Amino acid sequence: MDLTLNVWRQERADAPGKIVSYDVPGVDEEMSFLEMIDVLNERLIEKGEEPIAFEHDCREGICGSCSMVINGVPHGPQPETTTCQLYMRHFKDGDTIFVEPFRAKAFPVLRDLIVDRSAFDRIQQAGGYISINTGNAPDANATPVNKEASEAAIDAAQCIGCGACVASCKNASAMLFVAAKVSHLSLLPQGQPERYQRVLNMVSTMDDEGFGACTNQSECEAVCPKGISVSYISRMNRDYLRASVSTPV
Amino acid sequence: MSAVETSSKLDAKIPAGPIAEKWTRYRFENKLLAPNNKRKFHVIVVGSGLAGGSAAATLAEQGYKVTCFCFHDSPRRAHSVAAQGGINAAKNYQNDGDSVFRLFYDTVKGGDFRSREANVYRLAEVSSEIIDQCAAQGVPFSREYGGLLANRSFGGAQVSRTFYSRGQTGQQLLLGCYAALNRQIKSGGVTMVTRHELLDIVQVEGHARGIVTRDLKTGEISSHAANAVVLATGGYSNVFYLSTNAMGSNVTATYRAYRRGAFFANPCFTQIHPTCIPAAGDYQSKLTLMSESLRNDGRVWVPKKQGDTRKPREIPEAERDYYLERKYPSFGNLAPRDIASRAAKEACDDKRGVGPGGRGVYLDFKDAIARLGKDAVAARYGNLFDMYNRITGENPYETPFRIYPAPHYTMGGLWVDYNLMSTIPGLFVIGEANYSDHGANRLGASALMQGLADGYFVLPATIAQYLAGFKGLVSDTRPAAFREVEQDVKGRLEKLLQVGGNKSSASFHRELGQVLWDKCGMSRTEAGLKEALGKVKDLRERFWKEVRVPGRIDQLNPALEEANRVADFLHMGELMCHDALQRDESCGAHFREEHQTPDGEAKRNDQDFCYSSAWEYTGDDAVPTLNKEPLEYENVKLAVRSYK
Amino acid sequence: MSPLVESVVRFLRSTVGTKVLMALTGLALVGFLVAHLAGNLQMLAPGGKAPELMNAYAAQLKGLGPLLWIARIGLLGTFALHVALAIRLTALNKAARPVPYAYESTVQASWGSRTMILTGSVVILFVLFHLAHFTLGFTHPEHYALHDAQGRHDVYNMVVAGFQVPAVAVGYGLAMFVVGLHLSHGLGSLVRSLGLSNPRLRLLTQRLGVAVAILLAVGFALIPSAVQSGWIQPSTSVEGSNK
Repeated sequence: MDLTLNVWRQERADAPGKIVSYDVPGVDEEMSFLEMIDVLNERLIEKGEEPIAFEHDCREGICGSCSMVINGVPHGPQPETTTCQLYMRHFKDGDTIFVEPFRAKAFPVLRDLIVDRSAFDRIQQAGGYISINTGNAPDANATPVNKEASEAAIDAAQCIGCGACVASCKNASAMLFVAAKVSHLSLLPQGQPERYQRVLNMVSTMDDEGFGACTNQSECEAVCPKGISVSYISRMNRDYLRASVSTPV
Repeated sequence: MSAVETSSKLDAKIPAGPIAEKWTRYRFENKLLAPNNKRKFHVIVVGSGLAGGSAAATLAEQGYKVTCFCFHDSPRRAHSVAAQGGINAAKNYQNDGDSVFRLFYDTVKGGDFRSREANVYRLAEVSSEIIDQCAAQGVPFSREYGGLLANRSFGGAQVSRTFYSRGQTGQQLLLGCYAALNRQIKSGGVTMVTRHELLDIVQVEGHARGIVTRDLKTGEISSHAANAVVLATGGYSNVFYLSTNAMGSNVTATYRAYRRGAFFANPCFTQIHPTCIPAAGDYQSKLTLMSESLRNDGRVWVPKKQGDTRKPREIPEAERDYYLERKYPSFGNLAPRDIASRAAKEACDDKRGVGPGGRGVYLDFKDAIARLGKDAVAARYGNLFDMYNRITGENPYETPFRIYPAPHYTMGGLWVDYNLMSTIPGLFVIGEANYSDHGANRLGASALMQGLADGYFVLPATIAQYLAGFKGLVSDTRPAAFREVEQDVKGRLEKLLQVGGNKSSASFHRELGQVLWDKCGMSRTEAGLKEALGKVKDLRERFWKEVRVPGRIDQLNPALEEANRVADFLHMGELMCHDALQRDESCGAHFREEHQTPDGEAKRNDQDFCYSSAWEYTGDDAVPTLNKEPLEYENVKLAVRSYK
Repeated sequence: MSPLVESVVRFLRSTVGTKVLMALTGLALVGFLVAHLAGNLQMLAPGGKAPELMNAYAAQLKGLGPLLWIARIGLLGTFALHVALAIRLTALNKAARPVPYAYESTVQASWGSRTMILTGSVVILFVLFHLAHFTLGFTHPEHYALHDAQGRHDVYNMVVAGFQVPAVAVGYGLAMFVVGLHLSHGLGSLVRSLGLSNPRLRLLTQRLGVAVAILLAVGFALIPSAVQSGWIQPSTSVEGSNK
């Protein structure tokens, strides 16, 4: 099939960018979206032009590197699918496709489609852990974990930290991401001692990083490649409220 | 028992004593560093996957000053994240006869008796502690209804000792050690440097004293000094171009260290994973692994008839060849990876392969669905079924998976002693980047185990031995050695940009991969390897004349990063071929067609080849020098590895 | 800072805390709407009892004296706070995405959720008009001046006369549609902001929110419709006393 790509090109973080149009003839429907861009990039290199810079790594939907918005939707049109696992069979001959970087103040563009998502790391540094040093652990089966809680924790922990939730949210809010991280730990017995301080610290860092607030639209859930439920946001709000009002005494 | 003589340049420093006491005794006899002294030592950890992340976090917990580098934007993206199946541990929670010794034995046997006993035993010993550590960190392992940890069985073992977290054990374990790392970053114990790629290591007076990196955001080349350098930079499967590794996985760190004097051990031991999704076309950029756990319930088959083009469901039971069950009745579909991969290749070479180009075999869940019900199968493997469906557009609940082997893991790596130190003093190598524990073939669910064993438990204990020799903190990047290496690195990058040809580096990488896959892949011959040596050399020469690397050095330039990595792969491929040619036997994943049993199994030659090959760099275009470390087996009996 | 002040400040500064407050003020306003509607529905009382019920109810409210003023100030304050928080959040949310997408697309977000600020702004304008119309009597002083036989403020006839003006009736109808749209998202949303949603309750609260929004909007719109359709007639029994 023959496609037209309208791609955001921006040379540096502080340079202005613009949408540039490329004709991409001869796309095979068994190609992944990224392989289609690989093909375009090779053609650009052979023509002596600058290839499109984009972030990608594992190409199997788990590292969370892909950061493209395809026709206005992060990771494109297929539900629960990262860009790297999006196949061209979902497009048709003659399509015009817009490819833009994730847009958020907290995710500044570095080049073309590459954005800086280190804000996510800083949020997790603020408390996304259980404080235990190596070598101090009791036997793993000494603490049984309720199966339902454990499954719910895994559901939350599936988050791959891609930031599609932020990219899709009209407020560029990181609530789904933070809620998934907070809930994964607060659902487990091991996470209880730090449960309330953790949510306060992580939300506070989230706000400081310049993400917006949650309007409860659930767009984040709709684009999340791991289908993480917005119910975790409600759960985090609950934890946050409790953390704000309760004291140990 | 072996006639092989140890190279004088190799000292494995294996502690004395019975195998079960070596590690305990070692730790007792190890010099201790006072907490206030640890602060005076700076350790650089390169890589933030399971091995690097856990090492950096643990070293910082112990009080060392740690700087951790990764080329990703976040430590959480390291390729450990992609491991699906699980992690082994000799917990014997299932009471099915597992023990440290059995895990040790299975690993040595699985590696076809080409690994170092003492290291493997230690690995099996600390395996249980890893599970405890991870559970305490909040790693959400899959559990039984009673709330205790669930186990599954995995290829190459007859006990259920694999812990898992649905189909994303790697991500969950990585997030666990990433969390531990974050805690240390927050408290100031670890300085995390992201988007920096190691381009060379620096030695002062014969000791590793630092690294030179390129800031991938700005292109700035800078030096970093430390008392010790730890490489946790993963494997080199991407030398084959198409592999299950992430696109960014590369050999640069270990290859650069090799060029600076670290010996590279067993480079030809590369594992081909049997259950990957076959390539669809020549634009294919990578191959996707389907967890080997699928072989627990799926049955592998090909049509009995050559060139059978019927749809799988139209082929009657009697006309199917369940070749793994036929050839290996006791292990059946759970035969080790190297054996399962080669059997698939044989079937396809016999023109009985399925799918595009006949490069595929079926992995069928029809019987499992009939036996367990679709829901139970979905609960176990649902995400893998979905992933396959997303990629191929086929529904594996109705039609069997098509699978084919793909390069997946490299047992080879930088040579290390019992302390995990390379032949360059002060340069430690952990995780997949070293060669230590898996011999000629790695068992499933053992990579995560080794990465975390090295990072959480082994390195933090052994590095103290080395650091105890220092008086104070090393942080000085003024020695001339740093300037020289920086100039080297810059010169090379500038050279790449100036070639000014008209071909992408990817096109050379593809060619290299094809040569190695054909001649140094699942099966190898003397003639093929000699041919490959010539081709790789020729390809390298063409690369430096015809490649075009766009952009500049002082900017975010993914094309330059890629070209630099490909340049190293072009050397690495040659090193692999040298090793494969020299190892004139078959063992584990290294299958020399000249050496096979009448029924096509690998035939080891323990008399002449019971050693690890540690290659010493002698020049970019020179043949490297071989150093041998003989392997002594005192606790397991060298035997023909049989899974029949 | 005292620990109390510290925790209150932290809560109010956070987006999560702000949303909780948004939800609480929204909930209070919805509570007011329910009470208001209950009062209004007396307009539809059968058997000619409506004028008496309405005017007595109004007189009773007036009779509350200072309590009424406290309620009014509280209500106004809640409304103002809700608006102020909305303005703060909107500014923050806009700042969080300085560069818009060239190609905008929405996967599933409801119309109501995407127009909260717009519908909210319309509600402000409507409330201003509504206060000027019925509470302060600025727009139609002649209706506001009506009194019944007992000398009470003739609220019943004021409302009927007000809604007999077609433009006013249509305006109120449209405004109620907008209020309904605002609440169709707001109600479900506030449950989540308050942390009261979970996977089991999620669908229920969401649908309940929409149902309540529709009931409120239809309930309020019933009165102008009833006047326009002639179901509610001016009350003659008290007409004479106005002169």
